[in-house]
Amino acid sequence: MKWLFSGALVALMGATGLSQTRALAPVAPRLLSETGLYAGEGTRVVDVRNRPFAPQYPLWSDGAGKRRWVQLPPGSRIDVSNVDRWDFPVGTRFWKEFDFDGRKVETRFLWKVSDSRWVFASYAWNEAQTDAVLVPESGSPEVADVAPGKRHSIPSRTECRSCHDSSRTEILGFSALQLSDDRDPNALHADRLPADAVTLRTLVDEQLISPRRNEFVATPPRIDAATPQARAALGYLSTNCGSCHNRESSIASLGLLLKHELRGDKPLGVSSPRCTPALATTAGRKGHWAVPANPAESRVINPGKPELSALIQRLRSRRPSSQMPPLGTVVQDRAAVELLTAWVKSNPEGWALLAATCGAGRS
Amino acid sequence: MKKSDLIFTTALIAAAIILTSVLATATVGATSAEPAQAAAGTIARGKFLVDIMGCHDCHTPWKIGPKGPEMDMSRALSGHPEELTMPPAPALPPGPWVASAAGTMTAWAGPWGVSFTMNLTPDKETGLGDWTLEQFIATMKTGKDRGKGRALLPPMPYFNLAKLSDEDIASVFAYLQSLPPMKNRVPQPIDPPEGR
Repeated sequence: MKWLFSGALVALMGATGLSQTRALAPVAPRLLSETGLYAGEGTRVVDVRNRPFAPQYPLWSDGAGKRRWVQLPPGSRIDVSNVDRWDFPVGTRFWKEFDFDGRKVETRFLWKVSDSRWVFASYAWNEAQTDAVLVPESGSPEVADVAPGKRHSIPSRTECRSCHDSSRTEILGFSALQLSDDRDPNALHADRLPADAVTLRTLVDEQLISPRRNEFVATPPRIDAATPQARAALGYLSTNCGSCHNRESSIASLGLLLKHELRGDKPLGVSSPRCTPALATTAGRKGHWAVPANPAESRVINPGKPELSALIQRLRSRRPSSQMPPLGTVVQDRAAVELLTAWVKSNPEGWALLAATCGAGRS
Repeated sequence: MKKSDLIFTTALIAAAIILTSVLATATVGATSAEPAQAAAGTIARGKFLVDIMGCHDCHTPWKIGPKGPEMDMSRALSGHPEELTMPPAPALPPGPWVASAAGTMTAWAGPWGVSFTMNLTPDKETGLGDWTLEQFIATMKTGKDRGKGRALLPPMPYFNLAKLSDEDIASVFAYLQSLPPMKNRVPQPIDPPEGR
């Protein structure tokens, strides 16, 4: 009788398009200690298969300390045929640990479980700092103090994906530019590179990428900018804004392209050698949001005038209708505001030329 | 096998066969339907949802008519009127009153600052004309501008709309895109004063 009932049920499920496939899909374990990050029991020792890395331009997360690890399946390689959109082998795992004042708060876990699917999970550390528990899809609000009256929240799965699904690769901090051995000494909030960290040279030497790219070692990627200050500023924008503002994002139609791409960051058909997308789509351009004090003069970047540059004003803001980035931070990044303000103020003649050359016909 | 079991099993199998044939018929019907009819059905569904969900309440300006407040349907769903410059929001005394609204129901002031209802007509410069369906669905599901930007502000009840299926949100979008475009540049939100 039971098998007949099951047979009828399967027939009904088939007719309605339901299947059990989803129920069998891999899901994140309940505890961080079960994700493969640590060796043995507990969370004391990181498994040696998990290699640390540190992107040269880290994301601002209200001053959180961060540690990151990657694990590639044995014998596998990252497909870097497209230098800007790496394709990771199924089974790849990434972890990012956040701490405030040395106290671990959360660890995020990305796990590639099929050719087209990554599992996203966040784990909240317990009081005893012995393990971390899977956070519901809706996230967990206000889990740690980061400043007077300001608290860190663990983002929802939807919020995670709003950035990580904004280009053809879900992994944001593990790319040719971020792992380049030609690291920017002026990059803001850069983490000290662990002695055994994975870098671009490591990936080439250990044959962890395919095809082999000797140019990653011979001429490591770097942002070609007019000054060291501009290089650091563009690197900051690439990480903190470019995750969403890039040519593959669902908001590409807004016309802001701030992600640095090795292949795509070429001059845009104009004579200036530095008329790259990040500059061409900001310098002298009107944006969707205007500086309230003077909407007529507002530009995304108003050369020489940070007070009339929407990019600077939104970076400064932590008010609900103007803050950028809009999530993942509740405290202004003062160092970034100072760097970008000084950058916009610097060399007004050069900026004006850039705006005229790159921005012609675009405002 | 007991007689009752046999009857139950037979009934289940029969139900499965009937359901399969009904669904198959429905599928065949859908694929053979005229695309224009399907689109009209989608738009009609979208109009129905827009009407019952109260989108007009705030996105169509209200005016005073002969019988009192009424919606100005000549500006249907075009958001806060561009020419209506609002004076500073009234400062409310401490207490349970926390928000103020314009008579048009298109401008709202509260602890979040001042919000203005958006132009939902498909004007390319001032409305939804340059929006994609993907952006619209993401906005309704996340409560963030185009799914990635600033948070939508009160009184927008996106959390209710987030419960709609993607198909229903697509219907709403199809209806809004079918409206005549109306040029009406709505002001951007105003942040609350520092310290609030």
